[in-house]
Amino acid sequence: MTTDSALRAVPARPAERKGSPRRWTPHLWALPPVALLALFFLYPLALVVRQSLRPDTGGTSLKPYADVFASEAFRHALWTTVWLALAATAGCLVLGFLLALVIAFVPFPGAKPVARFIDVYLSFPSFLITLALLFLYGGTGVVGSFQFLTTPWGVLLAEVTYFTPFVMRPLLGAFAQLDTAQLEAAGSLGARAPRIVRQVILPEALPALAAGGSLVLVLCLNEFGIVLFTGAKGVTTLPVLVYGKAILESDYPGACAVAVVNVLISVGLYGLYRVVSRRAGA
Amino acid sequence: MLVHSRKARWAVWAVFLVLFLPLFALPLLVILGASFATHWSGALPSGPTLDHYRSATRGEALQALTTSLVTAVAASLLALTAGTWAALAAAALKKRHRRVLDALFVLPVAVPSVVVGLAVLVAFSQPPLLLNGTRWIVITAHTVLVTAFAHQSVSAALTRLDPAYEQAAASLGARPAYVLFRVRLPLLLPSLTAAAGLCFALSMGELSATMMLYPPDWTPLPVLIYAATDRGVLFTGSAVAVVLMAATLLVLFAVSRVRTRASYR
Repeated sequence: MTTDSALRAVPARPAERKGSPRRWTPHLWALPPVALLALFFLYPLALVVRQSLRPDTGGTSLKPYADVFASEAFRHALWTTVWLALAATAGCLVLGFLLALVIAFVPFPGAKPVARFIDVYLSFPSFLITLALLFLYGGTGVVGSFQFLTTPWGVLLAEVTYFTPFVMRPLLGAFAQLDTAQLEAAGSLGARAPRIVRQVILPEALPALAAGGSLVLVLCLNEFGIVLFTGAKGVTTLPVLVYGKAILESDYPGACAVAVVNVLISVGLYGLYRVVSRRAGA
Repeated sequence: MLVHSRKARWAVWAVFLVLFLPLFALPLLVILGASFATHWSGALPSGPTLDHYRSATRGEALQALTTSLVTAVAASLLALTAGTWAALAAAALKKRHRRVLDALFVLPVAVPSVVVGLAVLVAFSQPPLLLNGTRWIVITAHTVLVTAFAHQSVSAALTRLDPAYEQAAASLGARPAYVLFRVRLPLLLPSLTAAAGLCFALSMGELSATMMLYPPDWTPLPVLIYAATDRGVLFTGSAVAVVLMAATLLVLFAVSRVRTRASYR
């Protein structure tokens, strides 16, 4: 990584001195995209924070936050969001690892098309899964209408289904770089398959698992389409609460307060992941 | 080969199929099957018909398809320009500054798209930039959401780029602009087209932010699918969903053709 970036750095010209105009050229080139990002992303986010501190009654206060934290609906949504995201991430990691293991190391005729299918699958929107589940388990469902979809378990099933390929793709990439000679050596020394998986493959796969898992965790925390499509009143996550407060109730200060909490959780987790993965050398 | 005995291998494959087919293949097959059916109460859909496709390719649905396509193409092109520019600019910076820039451009991935929608709605419903009620607010939100992905894939490709080519070109007297347009961008072309495909697919299926801010005369396909399922017209909804998937796949296929042609150069 460091040697790579050292190579990539623009070779210093002998005429370059501290404070010479040329030294600032890279910064000038970075300015336009940063300005655009500030205008279309950072400034709107700042306005959300400002609005969350301005209740409808006027003035600047923490009242929207107090109202939000006091409401049962918010605490329920917070808990649902967090446990659904954690459970879905765990499910995706286990399932994705197992499936990628089979595709990479116990290849069958048609394993290549299956890997291609996963790439295609990633380009479809998440709510299609819930739409399909509506036919299977919905009101007039094939499997029966036992209101499975309107419970958190239906959302969990949909999230695991949709996000597992997000774990499989980096894993398949990591497995492709694993030297099969290592597996053969371990096998010829008498290690059985479970031990090879645990002691040879798993350590190699850890960075990919960490990368895929953290992405899935953030995406699950932010998932909206899957929950919206179930039409469940019982399952409310933070994004759904933001939508409900802003669009259905027109309570913008409340929506902005929930949004700030949601952003803090997601960005905090994502930042933590980037720090941890850099420490782990991934 | 991890499993050597023939019996064990078959057992592993059986477990794979049992997990893989119901989870991943079944949802897509269900949508495809439902889009050709009038009702579905038994194990299989019944009453084959093409009516849903007739209504999914005209009037409101056709307009939604063009809306989605225009939005996705505009957002992908804008995001690709901004993301590539940012990645190239970041690559020229010192390590600490580069990290700040990368973190800034990755941020939209971590922020929930519903919140991005809310933020764009709040910011552009008031002067100085009044975009609310126009198509531009949808395109803006989509661009913000997909720029992060464009930036990430281009900067990942930049770190893999061999600096020898550009150094050789520069040492032969090529000006920076010439090096950029004749050496670096052509070398980056495969990952640029891959990023364009990714941005396009993401924008085509974007629902969360769009639900927050779409004006009535600019309704993309996912919103239409949601409206159909909300009304209980599931079969027409799944036909529209198939149209959405087909349109996405067609464009992705066309984009991947560009990539294979470029990589032979």
